[in-house]
Amino acid sequence: MDLDNARELPRAGFNFDNCKRNATLLNRGFKPPITTKTGTTIVGIIYKDGVILGADTRATEGPIVSDKNCAKIHYLAKNIYCCGAGTAADTEMTTDLISSQLELHRLQTDREVRVVAANTMLKQMLFRYQGHISAALVLGGVDKTGPHIYSIHPHGSSDKLPYATMGSGSLAAMTVFESRWKPDLSEEEGKKLVRDADPTGVFNDLGSGSNIDLCVIRKGSVEYLRNYELANKKGKRQLDYRFKTGTSTVLHTNIKDLLVTERVQAVPMEIS
Amino acid sequence: MSRLGFEQFPDYQVPGMKHPDFSPYESNGGSIVAIAGDDFAVIAADTRLSSGYNIHSRTQSKLFKLSPQTVLGSAGCWADTLSLTGSIKVRMQSYEHTHLRTMTTEAVAQMLSIAMYNRRFFPYYVSNILAGIDNEGKGVVYSYDPIGHCEKATYRAGGTAGTLLQPVLDNQIGHKNMNLEDADKIKLTKERAVSVASDTFISAAERDIYTGDSVLINIITKDGIEVRTLTLRQD
Repeated sequence: MDLDNARELPRAGFNFDNCKRNATLLNRGFKPPITTKTGTTIVGIIYKDGVILGADTRATEGPIVSDKNCAKIHYLAKNIYCCGAGTAADTEMTTDLISSQLELHRLQTDREVRVVAANTMLKQMLFRYQGHISAALVLGGVDKTGPHIYSIHPHGSSDKLPYATMGSGSLAAMTVFESRWKPDLSEEEGKKLVRDADPTGVFNDLGSGSNIDLCVIRKGSVEYLRNYELANKKGKRQLDYRFKTGTSTVLHTNIKDLLVTERVQAVPMEIS
Repeated sequence: MSRLGFEQFPDYQVPGMKHPDFSPYESNGGSIVAIAGDDFAVIAADTRLSSGYNIHSRTQSKLFKLSPQTVLGSAGCWADTLSLTGSIKVRMQSYEHTHLRTMTTEAVAQMLSIAMYNRRFFPYYVSNILAGIDNEGKGVVYSYDPIGHCEKATYRAGGTAGTLLQPVLDNQIGHKNMNLEDADKIKLTKERAVSVASDTFISAAERDIYTGDSVLINIITKDGIEVRTLTLRQD
């Protein structure tokens, strides 16, 4: 029985079996299901002692908010984190996959992994899939060569920058960095800058919203500040919408006794 | 084609560069809720004007006072809203000059339907809800589809969050899907209508990206129109 199931296990990597069928369906006017996107504002900066990553927490399915408080700053390694924008599944899976590869790499080399390595692995994977993996990333970390921020585009290009923004709110957030970022910011100044840049996206871009997450990576320590700022408060409703008991009509009642009596008998093993 | 033993280019379409044709329409978002009572009508609309992922305005009223007892709420393509309400206002003024009286809510409702059906094959891309007081002093609500189908109702939600809001109104105002005695059904007062309308918008702003910033509420009675506002989330 178990063996029968095991044979059905899919092979490693993506499965393209239904590509042609789906393309045919699409041509005949079939509406494909909507994927969850994180039309996002994600940012990252270098400051004096490390890097600071920032992200909003809204996930959308078309015009509907599907998650009001999702986490977009993903773990890659002890000293490296990565913000993801684009299709939620793609950013999640890509960072998970690279995270495990980085851990193997660390065990193999017996050294702390470098941010360049993470960047190379991510961009090579994204390039291999020619932009079909919709992940736009802001990668940040600190290694023996210092603090690094990379922005990686879905087709596999990447930039090494002192400050980066990605996602649908990237232009809004970038305006703040362009006017206020400077080298060697203190941690407080850096946090304030990211805290100011991200809400710019949250308020002015409809794809971004809810709260702000921060991740401060220093040499030798990491501070993941989940919901660092609650940029938006939910309105207070005036009425009470609890229903009286019995509001739902009972159509049919059926009570079953779920007490199960079972006798277990030991069967002696056959020894030949 | 198959020099390498396999087809180099798939014969199906892959997503990539697209050349969108010019489209005269744009969705500028926004939601409307209207509730009619015995001697009043409440109509509320949010004040966010947007397109795509951008916000054009956080303070644009979508409610148009057509007469002291009729208010039109209009969401959808903002250009069409302006064009439609503009021509409606002109025609109402012309009616007033010819007949020496203000158009009744029923008359406006009928005229709006005709004005919209006139553009049957190049419609105004708008979701209209008309609220007011009728000849007998009762509250009425009329809702429209983009090509002029008109339906008289007691409560109605429209716009981008219309599908989110309507079931709430069905339940809270229409007392639908509830096993209630008539005595248990809460009477629809003016204050309750305003509270339900406000609360639905608070919830809609949580989930619809095109609804937010603030709500304008018009309360129409025989004594005139009272305006209230409520702040919503800004993200």
